[in-house]
Amino acid sequence: MSEDTAVTNHAPESAPTRYGCHVTDSRGQVVIHPTRENYVATLKALVDDSFVLCTDLTAVDYSTYASRVGKPSERFEVVLNLISLERRERIRVRVAVPEADATLPSAFDLYPGTEAMEREVYDMFGITFTGHPDPSRILMPEDWNGHPLRKDYAIGRIPVQFKGSPS
Amino acid sequence: MTDLITATPGATAEGNQEMRSRSELTAREVMREVGSVLRMSESQAAALATENVDPTEVPEDQSMIINMGPQHPSTHGVLRLMLELQGERVLRCKPIIGYLHTGMEKTGEDLTFMQGGTNVTRMDYLSPLNNELVFSMAVEKLLGIDGDIPERAVWMRMLLSELNRMSSHLLFLATNGMDIGAVSMMIYGWREREEVLRFFQKVTGLRMNHNFIRPGGLAADLPAGWRDDVLDILDRLPERLAEYDILMTEQPIWRERLQGVGVITAQEAVALGATGPILRSTGVPWDLRRDMPYLRYTEVDFDVIVGSYGDAFDRYAIRLNEIRESMKIVRQILDRMPSGDYRIQDKKVTPPPRARIDESMEALIHHFKIFTEGFKVPEGEVYVGIESPRGEIGCYIVSDGSSKPYRMHMRAPSFVNIQCLPHMMRDGLVADAVAVISSVDPVLGEVDR
Repeated sequence: MSEDTAVTNHAPESAPTRYGCHVTDSRGQVVIHPTRENYVATLKALVDDSFVLCTDLTAVDYSTYASRVGKPSERFEVVLNLISLERRERIRVRVAVPEADATLPSAFDLYPGTEAMEREVYDMFGITFTGHPDPSRILMPEDWNGHPLRKDYAIGRIPVQFKGSPS
Repeated sequence: MTDLITATPGATAEGNQEMRSRSELTAREVMREVGSVLRMSESQAAALATENVDPTEVPEDQSMIINMGPQHPSTHGVLRLMLELQGERVLRCKPIIGYLHTGMEKTGEDLTFMQGGTNVTRMDYLSPLNNELVFSMAVEKLLGIDGDIPERAVWMRMLLSELNRMSSHLLFLATNGMDIGAVSMMIYGWREREEVLRFFQKVTGLRMNHNFIRPGGLAADLPAGWRDDVLDILDRLPERLAEYDILMTEQPIWRERLQGVGVITAQEAVALGATGPILRSTGVPWDLRRDMPYLRYTEVDFDVIVGSYGDAFDRYAIRLNEIRESMKIVRQILDRMPSGDYRIQDKKVTPPPRARIDESMEALIHHFKIFTEGFKVPEGEVYVGIESPRGEIGCYIVSDGSSKPYRMHMRAPSFVNIQCLPHMMRDGLVADAVAVISSVDPVLGEVDR
């Protein structure tokens, strides 16, 4: 994700960086945007900087995002929410994942608690995590086709029997 | 057996999700179960990997893999555990989930911000008000009105959230008692919880799944006589909790069953992302109400209950005492409940009062528009986390400027917490497995969403 497409409330004067990554502010919350290449290195730096608790890892499929302003350049984005217990501070990590090559290194070695969350993201979005110890589906059955939280995956409907039938 | 299942057309099988026999495991996978949460150094990990794959040195023909659940009374719904046992000893454990998956996050993308509460409240069905609260707080943050919520609404939210914590923990005491074999506790716990739910019914109209806390405030004001109802609960509970102490805490059998069972260290709990009573049982004083305050928790006085051994007994004792702390908070709320509006008077998110609809065409149209189209929420993304009875419940919402969330994700504490099960159960007894599941207090509606 490049700097000009970042979702910001107030555009920063000179692009600030933290852990060597571009930083934005989303409604007062700190968000850092590492590239896929320095994703693991950034997480390592974050762990060393006392962000030891990974509360959440999820993904967003931006393919049908309506607004042009904040739409990221890539289709997927993986979002991590980290907490520093020492400093009582939150930080969010957003890393873009292209559709053509939807893989990301696993954060498992740094945050073992992401094991189930990465499986969920794989299950729901089809993003694979290299180095994940158990890359299988977690919520859907193993032989399920498709990844339900992708935007091109239709919402199921319950057939209505009498609606529109000849009276 | 597996061939038979996969060969049947239309049948679904869990396949790779299931636990594999140890001969198929690579060293790295064993590492995952044993060492990686402890953040071993590479040399330690390498030493472990070159060791015998089986850390317990049990030949494979002496152990067997059995299924516990998904239909098992002590699995709190439809949790399935695959256990590798040697006699009574649990060698390995793998939780298999998804049996209650109904795609609630996908559904959430198709409901307006106004309707979203009806969806999220059904996730953690034992603390529905906390789900609604975190969703509402996230939407308010996106709208930029999170600082403008009237005082009374904020204190009402706190009142409901704390009462919900009490009802959730009371249910935990009930199910925990039932799982361990103190079956009369089940009836007592449900009885006390019902007192709280009766209050909820009076306030919100429903015992569960209230959709009462909404973006902008609450759905209605507190009914007349609410103070007496709350006082009634507060007066009744302390002696009941003292009874629980006699019935369980001081009982040797109860202590034997729980102390030293399902031990987890602080290091493991943090690495696994565990929050709530599990993290606190290991001695880490982490409670979002104190450490990242929201609502008006800075203005009330309460203690964060911490354990020291990280076992099932600590988790039981923490929840029991958190009920007492919540009662302390509720008493302070009763004293300080301000008067005023119970929702923000922002025409954008708040429907007009009922009386206005009778006399004003515009009010009627406004009312109709809010409930059919909903309100548009500015573009952006936020994450809000609060302390639910089970740990940090978080809501991540991405809005693209329309009236529906572009993406709505709930960080469910139970989903993360059940990852602790394999570590807590390792080398325990199969009879203790039930105590361990119970002490994690998972809600499967939230695990599977």
